[in-house]
Amino acid sequence: MKFTDVYLQTATKILVFIIMTFSIYILFAGHHNPGGGFIGGLITASALVLLYIAFDLQSVRDIIPVDFKQLAAAGVIVAVLTGTASFIFDVPFLTQTFTYVELPILGKTELATAVIFDLGVYMTVVGTTMTIITSISEDEK
Amino acid sequence: MNNLLVLPLLIPLCTAVILLFFNKQIAWQRWISTISVLLNLTVSSVILFQVKIEGIQTLYMGGWLPPYGIVFVADMLAALMVLATSVVGACCLFFAFGTIGKEREKYYFYPFFQFLLVGVIGSFLTGDLFNLFVCFEVMLISSYALIVLGGTKRQLRETLKYILINILSSTLFVAAVAYLYGVVGTLNMADLSVRIGEVGQDGILNVIAIMFLVVFSLKAGLFLFFWLPGSYSVPPAAISSLFAALLTKVGLYALIRMFTLIFYNDPAVTHSWIAWMAAATMIFGAFGAMAYSDIWRILNYNVIISVGFIAVGLAVGTEDALNGAVFYLLHDMAAKALLFILGGTLVITAGTSRLTEMGGLIRRYPLMGWMFFIAALAIAGIPPLSGFTGKLLIIKDGFQEGYFWLMAVSLASSFIVLYSLIKLFMAAFWGEEGQMVSALPKLNNGFILTAGGMSLLLIVMGLGSEWVYEFVSEAGNTLSSPATYIDAVLRSR
Repeated sequence: MKFTDVYLQTATKILVFIIMTFSIYILFAGHHNPGGGFIGGLITASALVLLYIAFDLQSVRDIIPVDFKQLAAAGVIVAVLTGTASFIFDVPFLTQTFTYVELPILGKTELATAVIFDLGVYMTVVGTTMTIITSISEDEK
Repeated sequence: MNNLLVLPLLIPLCTAVILLFFNKQIAWQRWISTISVLLNLTVSSVILFQVKIEGIQTLYMGGWLPPYGIVFVADMLAALMVLATSVVGACCLFFAFGTIGKEREKYYFYPFFQFLLVGVIGSFLTGDLFNLFVCFEVMLISSYALIVLGGTKRQLRETLKYILINILSSTLFVAAVAYLYGVVGTLNMADLSVRIGEVGQDGILNVIAIMFLVVFSLKAGLFLFFWLPGSYSVPPAAISSLFAALLTKVGLYALIRMFTLIFYNDPAVTHSWIAWMAAATMIFGAFGAMAYSDIWRILNYNVIISVGFIAVGLAVGTEDALNGAVFYLLHDMAAKALLFILGGTLVITAGTSRLTEMGGLIRRYPLMGWMFFIAALAIAGIPPLSGFTGKLLIIKDGFQEGYFWLMAVSLASSFIVLYSLIKLFMAAFWGEEGQMVSALPKLNNGFILTAGGMSLLLIVMGLGSEWVYEFVSEAGNTLSSPATYIDAVLRSR
């Protein structure tokens, strides 16, 4: 009997969106509540792993055409650049700042440069985790 | 505030990340790495002169004052070490161009190389104990990757040992940091020093000091060097010369920093441990250097002997002995890089690493032969060359302080170093041409340029030791009076 993944695949299609949303929420909640780039990245990676389990490597690669190695590298660049901006403003390296702005829907929102650093961490964690998992699963010999 | 301080770390970091994006374009990889190391050389020289003129430079990360934030401190020792790292890094990079091979270059050799420099330079500049741990890990993880890159059987076996021992020592490092934090409640090195001075170093703090001694000895190969001869002989010459010149020296730097800045209150306990370990290191290293007739083994045991010798300078602990230790440390970074570059070229040209199978190379390679001779004499400490001043300073103060047996061992170890390297020189370069010398490769320009430059550096450091000593004595000054360092870091409080 051929085993079909119809339950798994259907559930995955819904769950991946929930997990992704949650991971983004966690990423941005990090400043005032538990969360942040590291755990957010791991949750996103877990959503991607769920896709890999339910479908196969090739079809996931078709829908998410991202080179995870380069994503990790880009993450480090983003994180480092938030630090190097201090050279322009003549403040110590890695100084962070924040401001309050009125956004259309969200209202009064706090924007901090630490979030950009966290975004870099997030990208690096997703990239590294997925590189590890995909390169182990592709190893055939 | 001096943002320049972070640049020696930031330049290789950015380079490494940029290089990750196009690993197959080898020409680009080489050009960008070259520009990056030259830039770093410039920046670290600028920092050195800044420290010389304006005194100790500090950078409080993110504007948080110590002990709350991480601080980068460039005193003279750190600045000298960063400059030496940049020089050695540049030389090993140029040497790698000709010898490392296309396959390794395609699989992220240059990014790993730059990440290693990030870790090493970060370890020298940081003024925070946990940040030191992080920089150690950056350095170690890149070294794991570099040692296994290529994936031959021997590399895999030795990498396993190397990783296991380093994970163990890193765990011990974290545990020691946790104990220390539990006792004094701070991790900033200057603040640690102040607080340990207040509560007095005895009992539990001595235990923690010995834990740090064990941790850094494992990294530096001081007495606990059993992992070193195997691990350093498996990677290609460009990588092992980088390891021999930098990795153990970071451990030594950490030892010097810890036991001159933080745990200096009870030298009867800590420094006598260091003295015994140094003596044992030199004795066992000497046995190894005499016993083998394999080039890599001989060179690796020479690394171990020099680690022991620098630790002698720390154990004696007077200002001149510390000056000597710093001087010898700087000399040793350059000399060991040169020695491994020459050894690697020797193995490539002779096609074997066994001394019994080679010979007569001086006729075909006079330049390489005489450079090897200079390096051997410099490491043994023959007067006009760079190894002499450091040894003289350490041994002079050692006798004055009454460490007669330790000095006897040090002097004897210098003879063994000379014996082992001259044995290597005579076997490889003199005599009849060995059987393996049939298809002789030509020496490439990169090799002649780097090895020649390093040999010249050793001669200049020897002849111009007066000039180098101006810098070194300032480093020794800061080491022997920790208050200078503490004031520089905590002054804004």
